[in-house]
Amino acid sequence: MKVELTINGATHVADVEARTTLLDCLRDKLGLTGAHAGCEHGVCGACTILVDGEPARSCLMFAAQADGYEITTIEGLAPAPGELSVVQDAFCETHGMQCGYCTPAMILTAHSLLSRNPSPTREDIVEAISGNVCRCTGYGQIIEAVELAARRLAGSNAAEDAR
Amino acid sequence: MKAAAFEYVRPVTLSEACAILRADEDARVIAGGQTLVPMMAMRLARPSRLVDVARLPELAGIADEGAAVSFGAATRQLDAEKSTLVKIKLPLLAAALPWVGHRPTRSRGTVGGSVANADPAAEIPLVLVTLAGEVEFATADGVETCAARDFFTGPMMTALPQDAVLTRVRFPVWSGRVGVGFHEVSTRRSDFAYVSACAQVRFENGVCAQLAVGVGGGVPVPTRLDAVAQALVGTAMSDADIDAALEAPVAALDIMTDHYASTDYRRRVARELAARALRDARDAAIGAAA
Repeated sequence: MKVELTINGATHVADVEARTTLLDCLRDKLGLTGAHAGCEHGVCGACTILVDGEPARSCLMFAAQADGYEITTIEGLAPAPGELSVVQDAFCETHGMQCGYCTPAMILTAHSLLSRNPSPTREDIVEAISGNVCRCTGYGQIIEAVELAARRLAGSNAAEDAR
Repeated sequence: MKAAAFEYVRPVTLSEACAILRADEDARVIAGGQTLVPMMAMRLARPSRLVDVARLPELAGIADEGAAVSFGAATRQLDAEKSTLVKIKLPLLAAALPWVGHRPTRSRGTVGGSVANADPAAEIPLVLVTLAGEVEFATADGVETCAARDFFTGPMMTALPQDAVLTRVRFPVWSGRVGVGFHEVSTRRSDFAYVSACAQVRFENGVCAQLAVGVGGGVPVPTRLDAVAQALVGTAMSDADIDAALEAPVAALDIMTDHYASTDYRRRVARELAARALRDARDAAIGAAA
């Protein structure tokens, strides 16, 4: 069956089986491999994308269900080719990753959090990423990355940059 | 971890959905799919056909009915959580919703789906039973209503006919000085609850005038403890009153066990969480504006 999806602001048409998950459609049909396949039953969060701005598991949706929504993948966050979004940049700077498998999902989850809550507490951040499993970092630097991104987005980083 | 092949259909009316379900007994309803899709990925469920009801207009919207608030079955759990109406009129549901899965599953999972799925650890069914709500469903023969206490018949089992679409879930609204409490214990944040407990209390002239308390997780179906309400209504609900009222009803609970948590542990936790929920509800009711 044919599905028409709106991903990162562009319309894509893919020929899928009814049983093709949105995750497999993104990766195998559309070449958007930033959404990672981990557990494929909704537990690890590696496949997290944004559906109308809210994080969702792309392994728990069939592509056939996904028409009509604004889907955002990690490929859609950078402002221009070769650049990084503020959140992506913060993850690099604080070393908020090791193997990187959970990273696109962590960044999208953080991006969504900061869109609705520009100055989250540490607890807000922990709660927001509680559905994303990272087996490398122990989460500490991921939380720092989100805190740094929040400060930068709030424009309160002038003093820090001057150092 | 890939689902077996099936046919996907998206009817545009409720009656069309009911007709498809009547014609194919292996067809299953899908809305949010947050439980069904993993079941299909693990091949524990192999429906012939998925009937997508998520966009049916008959299943949409949160309605203020005065004495109750009802949810179209396809209301996303996250939309219920964000609703001001829910915060004001259904404080117990508002307290429970953040415990339902994670935000990324609540953004897709539906209120009706959680009720139809009837996981004993699920929070929305617990609140529905505790507040004595009701469930509405449609078949090709018409619409029927079922009280929450009769709807849940066992773990993952309900009174919903195979060819029915759950259409609405209705929660009674209490007015006056109302307070609520919700507590849960699980291995990890938002994992399945070993035990959960919730309570809603209304105070009048310094004494408890109305009370509902329920226990979920670790019991086959969410269970409302009516004997506790009978014992505490008319009292000031001292901590000692609460502990005494919980003793026999919690001892009589049909507690399940598994390799994670023993029956004794779950029963102890059930008693403690119910006591905490009742104390929280009491304190909030006393502090609430009339």
